[in-house]
Amino acid sequence: MSPTGAVSALGAWTLGAVRDLGRFSVFSAAVANAGRRPPLRLRRLVDEIYDTGVLSLLIVCVSGFAVGMVLALQGHNTLSRFGADAQLGAVVGLALIRELGPVLTSLLVAGRAGSAMAAEIATMVVTEQLDGLRMMSVDPLDFVVAPKAFAMILSMPLLSTLFVLFGIFGGYAIGVVVLGGDGGTYMSSLEDAVEFSEDVLGGLVKGTVFGVLVGFVATYRGFTATPTSAGVSAAATSTVVIASVATLIVDYFITALWGV
Amino acid sequence: MREEPRRDFWVGSFVLLGLAGVAYLSLSVGGVSYRGPGGLELVANFDEVGSLKNRAKVVIDGVKVGQVKSIELGKDFRARVVLDVDGRLALPSDTSASILTAGVLGDQYIALEPGGDTDVLKSGDSVQFTQSAVILERLIGKLIQNLGSGDSKGSKK
Amino acid sequence: MESERQQAPRECSPAPGQRAREAGEPAASPAQIEARGLAYARGGRAIFRDVSCRFPRGRISVVAAASGGGKTTLLRMIACLIRPDRGEIHVDGAGELVRMSDAEVRAFRRRVGMLFQFGALLDTLSVYENVALPLREHSRLSEVEIAAEVRRVFEAVGLEGVDDLLPGELSGGMVKRAGLARALIERPDILLCDEPFSGLDPPTVRRVEDLLLRVNERVGATMIITSHHTESTLRIADHLVMLLEGEAVEGAPLELVHGGDERVVDFFREPEAAPRGVGAR
Repeated sequence: MSPTGAVSALGAWTLGAVRDLGRFSVFSAAVANAGRRPPLRLRRLVDEIYDTGVLSLLIVCVSGFAVGMVLALQGHNTLSRFGADAQLGAVVGLALIRELGPVLTSLLVAGRAGSAMAAEIATMVVTEQLDGLRMMSVDPLDFVVAPKAFAMILSMPLLSTLFVLFGIFGGYAIGVVVLGGDGGTYMSSLEDAVEFSEDVLGGLVKGTVFGVLVGFVATYRGFTATPTSAGVSAAATSTVVIASVATLIVDYFITALWGV
Repeated sequence: MREEPRRDFWVGSFVLLGLAGVAYLSLSVGGVSYRGPGGLELVANFDEVGSLKNRAKVVIDGVKVGQVKSIELGKDFRARVVLDVDGRLALPSDTSASILTAGVLGDQYIALEPGGDTDVLKSGDSVQFTQSAVILERLIGKLIQNLGSGDSKGSKK
Repeated sequence: MESERQQAPRECSPAPGQRAREAGEPAASPAQIEARGLAYARGGRAIFRDVSCRFPRGRISVVAAASGGGKTTLLRMIACLIRPDRGEIHVDGAGELVRMSDAEVRAFRRRVGMLFQFGALLDTLSVYENVALPLREHSRLSEVEIAAEVRRVFEAVGLEGVDDLLPGELSGGMVKRAGLARALIERPDILLCDEPFSGLDPPTVRRVEDLLLRVNERVGATMIITSHHTESTLRIADHLVMLLEGEAVEGAPLELVHGGDERVVDFFREPEAAPRGVGAR
C-alpha cells in the first residue's frame, strides 16, 4: 500500500473507531436507562446471574486456587532469599486482592460468559427474535439486554472475591502444607498487610468496573452484530478481545488513581 | 415453572457466598473494624515521626489498643500526632509514647508504656514523654562519625 | 366476525384463482394501507425505485417477487422496522408511518401482529410463555384470564399440547402456528406474515393456507403475506402485489396472472417440462 493510501486508511479507521465509540456510549446510556426504569425484570435478572455467575464458578475457583499456588511457590522462592518467608501470606494476599483477583477474573469471565452473552444476543438478532419483541412493542434493550448487562455488573465483583479466597487457600496449600510454613504466620501476615480501604475496597471497585466493561461490551457487540452466522462468531470473539484489552488498560488507570 | 426453584437456590447461594467472601476480606483480613473501642484522644509531640502513617497501630506491650488518627506539623515545628485509643483504658499521666519499627523493614507504629502516676490521662491530654523514630541513615551516619573520630587524623574528609 | 364471503367446501381444494372468483365482490375494497413512491437502496443496489401499492381492508394481499426482490423489505417497512429512503406509507386510522415518532410507532404496533419467517419465538421461553408475553407486558389481565386468551388463540391456530415445549422442540409447521398465535393474541387489525409457507412440506403448506383463510374469516384483519409460492398465492390471495424491477404491479390475482404484464405471467407460469422419470426407462 502506498504511503498516502496507508495514511488515509488509518484516518478512515480512526474515524470509524470514534464513531463506534460514540454508538457504544449511546447504547450503554440507553441500556442503563432501560435497566433503571420499571418493570425491573427480576426474574430475568436472576436467570442471567445464573448463566453469568453461577456457571462461571467452577472456572473462577479452580483458576483462583491454581494462581494462589503459583504465587506461593514463586513468592517463597524470592522471599526465602531475604529471609522474609513469614511474609508469604501478605504477598499472596495482596497480589490477589489488589490485582490478580479482579483482573484475571475479568479475563476469564470475558472469555466464558462475555463471549456467550454476545453470541446469544447476536443469535437473537439473526433469528429475528429482537424484531419479534419490537413488533410486540417490547423494547429489546429493556427485556433482553439490560438484565444481562446488570447480571454481569453484579456477578463480577462476587466472582473476583471468590477467586481471591480460593487463591489465598491455594497459597496456604502450597506455602503451609507443602512447603512447611507456619499456618498461623501465613494468616497473620496476611491480615496485617491487607487494609480494607486501600486493598479490599480497591479490588471491589475494580471488579465492579470490569463488570461494567465486560457487560456493556458483550451486549453491544451482540446487539450490533451483522445478522449472519459469521456475524455471531465475530461478535463473540471481538467481545473477548475488546473486553480483555480494555480490562488491562482500565486496570492501570484505576490502580494509579486509587493509590493517590 | 420448569427448574426455577433450583436456579433461584443456586443464584441465592452464589450471591451469599460472594457477599460472605467480601465480608471476610473486609473485616477479618482487612481489619476494617478497628471500629472497636476508641474514644480516648491523646496528643503526642515528636521531633521525628519517620514513616509513621495514619491508622498505624498503637500498642501497649504488643497488644493493639488504638490507631494514629492524624499527623500534622505543630506550632513549635514539632510533629503533632493525635492518637485514638480504647476509652476504657486508665493510662497514668506519665505514660510515654515511642515510635518503633516492626522488624527491620517493617511499618512504624506507636508503643505506649504506662507509667506509675495516680493521675489518669483524659481525652485531649498530651503525652509528656515521647521517643522519636529512629532514622536508619542518621544512625549509620553517627556510627561512621564515631568510627572516624576514633581513627587518627587523615581519615576525615 | 363473519364475512359475507361464500365458503368453498374444504374437501376439494379450490383451483388456483377460484377463491377470487368465489369472493363475488371486486378486490377494490377501501384501502387500509397505502404505500406511495417508496425508494430504498442498499449496498449500491436499488431495491425499490418507485413502489406504490395499496392493501385493501380486511382482505388477504400477497406480495410476490423473485428472491431478493424486496418482499420482506416492504413488509418490514409497514412494520416500521426499517425506513425507506423516500416515500410514504399511509395507514387508514393511524397516519403516515415513515415520519412517525418512536412513541407513535409503539402505539401503531399494538394493532399489528407479525409472523416472522422462522417464528422468531424467544428460544429460552416455553411456547405458552411466548404466546402470553404480549398480554403479560401490556395488559393488566390476571394469569387466569391470560390462560383463557392463550387457549383461545391456540384453538384458532390448531395447536395443543405444546404449552411447556421450547420453540426448538417444535416442528416447522408448529413453529408457524405458535408464531401466528402470538401475533393474534392482542387481536390486531393488521396481520403481516413473512413467507409463511417456506420450509414446509406440501401437506403442511395446505394446512397453513387453510389456517390463514380461516384466520381471515374469523378475525377479519387486513393480512399482508409475502411468498414466492405461486400456487399458494393464487389459492388465498384477494389482492396481488408484484414487485418487479423496483416498482409494483398490483391487481386481482386472476387478471394479473393471465393477462397484462408479461413479467407477471412469466413468474406464475407452470413448468412446461414433464417431470423426470416419466416415460421410457
